[in-house]
Amino acid sequence: MTLTERLREKISQAFYSHGLLCASYPVPIVLFTGLCILACCYPLLKLPLPGTGPVEFATPVKDYTPPPADPEPWPGEPSERPDWYVGTPVAYIQQIFVKTSVSPWHKNLLAVDVFRSPLSRAFQLVEEIRNHVLRDSSGTRSLEDVCLQVTDLLPGLRKLRNLLPEHGCLLLSPGNFWQNDRERFHADRDIIGTIHQHEPKTLQTSATLKDLLFGVPGKYSGVSLYKKRRMVSYTITLVFQHYHAKFLGSLRARLMLLYPSPNCSLRAESLVHVHFKEEIGIAELIPLVTTYIILFAYIYFSTRKIDMVKSKWGLALAAVVTVLSSLLMSVGLCTLFGLTPTLNGGEIFPYLVVVIGFENVLVLTKSVVSTPVDLEVKLRIAQGLSGESWSIMKNMATELGIILIGYFTLVPAIQEFCLFAVVGLVSDFFLQMLFFTTVLSIDIRRMELADLNKRLPAEACLPPAKPVGRPARYERQLAARPSTPHTITLQPSSFRNLRLPKRLRVVYFLARTRLAQRLIMAGTVVWIGILVYTDPAGLRTYLAAQVTEQSPLGEGSLASMPVPSGVLPASRVDPAFAIFPPDAPRLPENQTLPGEQPEQAGPAESAQDGPVPEVTWGPEDEERWRELSFRHWPTLFSYYNITLAKRYISLLPVIPVTLRLNPREALEGRHPQDGHSAWASRGPAPPGVWEAAGPAGLGSAQAPRDVTLYKVALLGLAAGVALVLLLLCLYRVLCPRDYGQPGGGGRRRRGELPCDDYGYAPPETEIVPLVLRGHLMDIECLASDGMLLVSSCLAGHVRVWDAQTGDCLTRIPRPGQRRDSGSPEAREHWARLPEDGPKAGAQEPRDSPPRRRRPRGPPPTLFGDQPDLSCLIDTDFAGAQSKPSQPEPRHRAGCGRVCDTPGYDFNRLVQRACRSEGPARHPPSPTPPSEDPTQDKDGPPPAWTPSAEGSIWSLELQGGLFVVGRSSGRLEVWDAIEGELRCSSEVSSSGITALVFLDARVVAARLNGSLDFFSLETHAVLSPLQFRGTSGRGSSLSALQSGSDVVACRLTHTVPCAHQKPITALRAAAGRLVTGSQDHTLRVFRLEDSCCLFTLQGHSGAITSVYVDQTMVLASGGQDGAICLWDMLTGSRVSHMFAHRGDVTSLTCTASCIISSGLDDLISIWDRSTGIKLYSIQQDLGCGASLGVISDNLLVTGGQGCVSFWDLNYGDLLQTVYLGKNSEAQPARQILVLDNAAIVCNFGSELSLVYVPSVLEKLD
Amino acid sequence: MAEGETESPGPKKCGPYISSVTSQSVNLVIRGVVLFFIGVFLALVLNLLQIQRNVTLFPPDVIASIFSSAWWVPPCCGTASAVIGLLYPCIDRHLGEPHKFKREWSSVMRCVAVFVGINHASAKVDFDNNIQLSLTLAALSIGLWWTFDRSRSGFGLGVGIAFLATVVTQLLVYNGVYQYTSPDFLYVRSWLPCIFFAGGITMGNIGRQLAMYECKVIAEKSHQE
Repeated sequence: MTLTERLREKISQAFYSHGLLCASYPVPIVLFTGLCILACCYPLLKLPLPGTGPVEFATPVKDYTPPPADPEPWPGEPSERPDWYVGTPVAYIQQIFVKTSVSPWHKNLLAVDVFRSPLSRAFQLVEEIRNHVLRDSSGTRSLEDVCLQVTDLLPGLRKLRNLLPEHGCLLLSPGNFWQNDRERFHADRDIIGTIHQHEPKTLQTSATLKDLLFGVPGKYSGVSLYKKRRMVSYTITLVFQHYHAKFLGSLRARLMLLYPSPNCSLRAESLVHVHFKEEIGIAELIPLVTTYIILFAYIYFSTRKIDMVKSKWGLALAAVVTVLSSLLMSVGLCTLFGLTPTLNGGEIFPYLVVVIGFENVLVLTKSVVSTPVDLEVKLRIAQGLSGESWSIMKNMATELGIILIGYFTLVPAIQEFCLFAVVGLVSDFFLQMLFFTTVLSIDIRRMELADLNKRLPAEACLPPAKPVGRPARYERQLAARPSTPHTITLQPSSFRNLRLPKRLRVVYFLARTRLAQRLIMAGTVVWIGILVYTDPAGLRTYLAAQVTEQSPLGEGSLASMPVPSGVLPASRVDPAFAIFPPDAPRLPENQTLPGEQPEQAGPAESAQDGPVPEVTWGPEDEERWRELSFRHWPTLFSYYNITLAKRYISLLPVIPVTLRLNPREALEGRHPQDGHSAWASRGPAPPGVWEAAGPAGLGSAQAPRDVTLYKVALLGLAAGVALVLLLLCLYRVLCPRDYGQPGGGGRRRRGELPCDDYGYAPPETEIVPLVLRGHLMDIECLASDGMLLVSSCLAGHVRVWDAQTGDCLTRIPRPGQRRDSGSPEAREHWARLPEDGPKAGAQEPRDSPPRRRRPRGPPPTLFGDQPDLSCLIDTDFAGAQSKPSQPEPRHRAGCGRVCDTPGYDFNRLVQRACRSEGPARHPPSPTPPSEDPTQDKDGPPPAWTPSAEGSIWSLELQGGLFVVGRSSGRLEVWDAIEGELRCSSEVSSSGITALVFLDARVVAARLNGSLDFFSLETHAVLSPLQFRGTSGRGSSLSALQSGSDVVACRLTHTVPCAHQKPITALRAAAGRLVTGSQDHTLRVFRLEDSCCLFTLQGHSGAITSVYVDQTMVLASGGQDGAICLWDMLTGSRVSHMFAHRGDVTSLTCTASCIISSGLDDLISIWDRSTGIKLYSIQQDLGCGASLGVISDNLLVTGGQGCVSFWDLNYGDLLQTVYLGKNSEAQPARQILVLDNAAIVCNFGSELSLVYVPSVLEKLD
Repeated sequence: MAEGETESPGPKKCGPYISSVTSQSVNLVIRGVVLFFIGVFLALVLNLLQIQRNVTLFPPDVIASIFSSAWWVPPCCGTASAVIGLLYPCIDRHLGEPHKFKREWSSVMRCVAVFVGINHASAKVDFDNNIQLSLTLAALSIGLWWTFDRSRSGFGLGVGIAFLATVVTQLLVYNGVYQYTSPDFLYVRSWLPCIFFAGGITMGNIGRQLAMYECKVIAEKSHQE
């Protein structure tokens, strides 16, 4: 044993025990792993969050010096100082914050006066600033010396050429709108238009020109016609290149002196440095997005391979979590050990994921699910792990090696990447071993539990022995055929594209993906996000305004009062800042502004006047720039091709400037056309109070501002209404299907070509079906197990067909024929020898198989069918006369299992056949040979009274044996291949209305409401002579010998009075038996011990059909036209819907819907979970009950001479297949779906074997 | 699927869809077009990566920079990738050794991601000198081949493509069609062959994966007949 092998062994063992551990204690291990992840990710909290938002840092103004470029020798505590705070900033920004108001307000003033003269003062201020010169001992210093000199705008900004300074100092003020030319300003008629001409129409996150020049957020500028607060504020922004404390100090002192701000509380003591991250441009974004798209494609294609597990999504999520958290752990661990990531995390992340990969996870999953299913979960996990241990370890070693090689490239970036990758790989291995394995074990366990639930009841009924003995040849034949049920999926793209109209495809696509909803939702989220992101303060002030509005007796009501002319209206405005308490502005004006308005200081007037807009300075003014867009400064500098990325600027404390203008000044500044310009006309001229322009009827001075709000609301409402109307129209156009209207709007008229709702008639295909002829009368009972097909007709003939080829394997004629023909040899043709039976069946032409004869037989009767006819007619007449009262004649056609032809002596025929054969093959049989001719000649013995020999009422086929229930109450088990009676049982004379043949159990429901449980037992016979069949009449046990084994039919239980009235429906699945009866109730029995579990009451009519499947869902339909869904575990009714006008004739379910048909010839499709009717299909007359489900999305229905295929999901007609030309008059009364997707339709006396059209069958 | 279907009896006709796909030339054209567009897309993106360093943070017109290179570069790359992607499966077939190693889309995606990563590294990572850069990229390219291809034909074809493409580039630069900022290998950058090699492997991988579909369909068809 080499070293490698030993190592391999060891690793395998270690993995095995590890797998056992993981599967044994899943929950503690998952918890432990989660704790580990959290612990390792903890250091990540210290890392700055990624993002491009600016970072601030404040230093005191006093003794400020720019930080040195070299960060090392910096004194003081280094922890407070961010690492970007090195070197000089790009620029120092000085904002001079101007607040102006016209006071006192005069009623003759126009709205435009609020801002016209205040803005004109900006020119004066700018001139002042430009001309400021500092003279001290070191010489003179003007603004030009210290300011940031800009050279040229970017070439792409031609339209801003006149508005932004193109050379000299970067100094911005609202005056730039008029090229800093006072004359231009005075000549401008439309100030607001000028200001807003460069505003973008769309929503934009970056700074607009108005913001740039005003330097305050738009809503604070006060340049608006509807602002109630008649105060205008703007800033003059100066950008300095160097920090010159003395110059700045002198400028500040001068401005403060010139324009004092009396109640200014600004402290102006800190300098704020703002650092900008690197912005990601589109050019960088595209490769990044590409890598992420590739990454997602990789994840998608990887996780798609996870298969054979309970929850694919869960495991895919676990895989993604494993990889992502291993990356996080790697970053966290690296940070913990002092390595700070310098790489751009977003960029290298996809590569890290790709390097670490999902391969191990997938390999693990595959290995585990491919272990034997019957093992214990623990062992499966352990085996799977140890099977793949070597390759996992080898892969990991290889990857580590490659990465280590990368580490020795000595390139810092690659080294860092490799370090992350190594740690990530190791932590990924850790997580795979602990987290993913455990999740996998949980998943596998869940799957087994689910399987167990499904399988257990059925298995419990299985007898230990092989249920049915059948010839070895037939076994081979079975084995050669694919045993898996044939699934049919619709060709998703090409086929549907061929036939669906385009618009429908679009709509279906939209509906399938819920694209519209998702887009709208995403759009809304993005929009709200943008709103909040760009305007965080707006929401707050809006809320604050709402609060102040609600204060009782708002000042607005005072202002809107009509005031006699001559008295100064002095309608008041809001407080300067809405966040002030509402009663603050009620202070008498002389208290706040002493001596400013001497002319209206009269106490009588002050009562009406209220205070004048008060210019206050609060701490928030210092921070006003924060409310600007965070792109404000980068945008400004980008215009001059200066990037702020990874650099910082310093904001100097603002210089407050208060300007107070009196009305005279305001009037002087007025443009001659202002009086009759557009905005002035809004104010009623005679009173001159512009607030009166607001809708006084609203009784609120807030109204002018609210107008916009109302407008927006109105617009929104209109848009909403329009949208709803549009959707309604769309719905009408595209969705004419009548949901929820039972029976309304038939899908197709009778006699017309079958077509869609949309008038689309799919191509008809003339498929030649395999026609199985041979029955002389109408076929009543049909049964199939996928391989074989058994049919019985009114005449009492039973034929066994090969469902694949359509060959008639066996014919069992009605006994009367035998009796009439009188020749003992003639019976040999149906009871074939076991040796040549199946072979002959496969070789014979399907229509009229030649009879095989024994060598000793007489010459064959060429037309053996001929005598049948006469006897048939007789029988029919007899049947018509002696027909007992039918349980429910209306359902006969639909039920299919119940046959109503009475009066055949099938039993006798069988008995005689057996007897005649018995002596021939087994001479030492105890039965006297002379009995045979006696019976032949004497006719029916007295024991076989016509009532005892019943017609076939029900038929079931399974695994080569079929069970026949007769009207005489006799149960017979036949071998389908050989056509021999295997055993029979007569325990009651009450007719068998329904049969269930499941595994080795046969349950017979009788006309008198009793249930008989039989079990079929197969005994291997040691010697063929040891045992022979007895007639067993009247006994509960009878057995017949055949070939090498014997089938015994033993009565295990009898429920004497399961129902008060005849049992009409009988189904079994999942170890349960459900009976439906005419007494309006359903009962659920346990199959193994016939114990009645529930009695379900809820129908108001006889039960006509029952559906039950492995998932314990029970559906029942009754004569009242209702469908009930039951939970078979609890016996409770899940839902109840009225389905049809008339009886429900048949009922079946798929995974998502329930399909019912009724006497009203409608087929309705219901949603299984909600019970909502999806749509209905109008059937041809008399074909109401003929339907079958081929796959989860394919429904087949019968019509007049045709069968139609429907797409269950959409209710579209896919294809119509006409079955020959002469069958026009014959409705397809029954449809039986076989496993290999062939459909057997019952057309009168013929059976048609139709294969699903190949175009439907085509798989991917 | 194919096995399951061939067992089922009854008439079996090929629908128009299948027959169109199985027809050899149409399939070839479809594959060629797909590969062409992949090549164009990759060329645009990677070109962007290469010129990114010279792009200012606030370019006046960002969209134009995507197409800043000459118009003929993406179509050339697209054509080249189509040729390479069709050549690989073709050579596999002629050599009689069909490529079986990691034939699945997730592996292809991984390969493409690594290829983009190599380009990323060549554009963004600061190396001390060109030799180091070239050696690293060469190692990465060989690693790419080892991880995703491991076939001799793939290696040979990749080397051939790299050589041919480098010669063509040399000629183009020599004739002054365009030039590199700091040529260190005659007229071009020395890492260019590595990129071409990795690109060849990647496109071959995609081409082989696409050819898998054709093989499947043909196998199905032959089963049916």
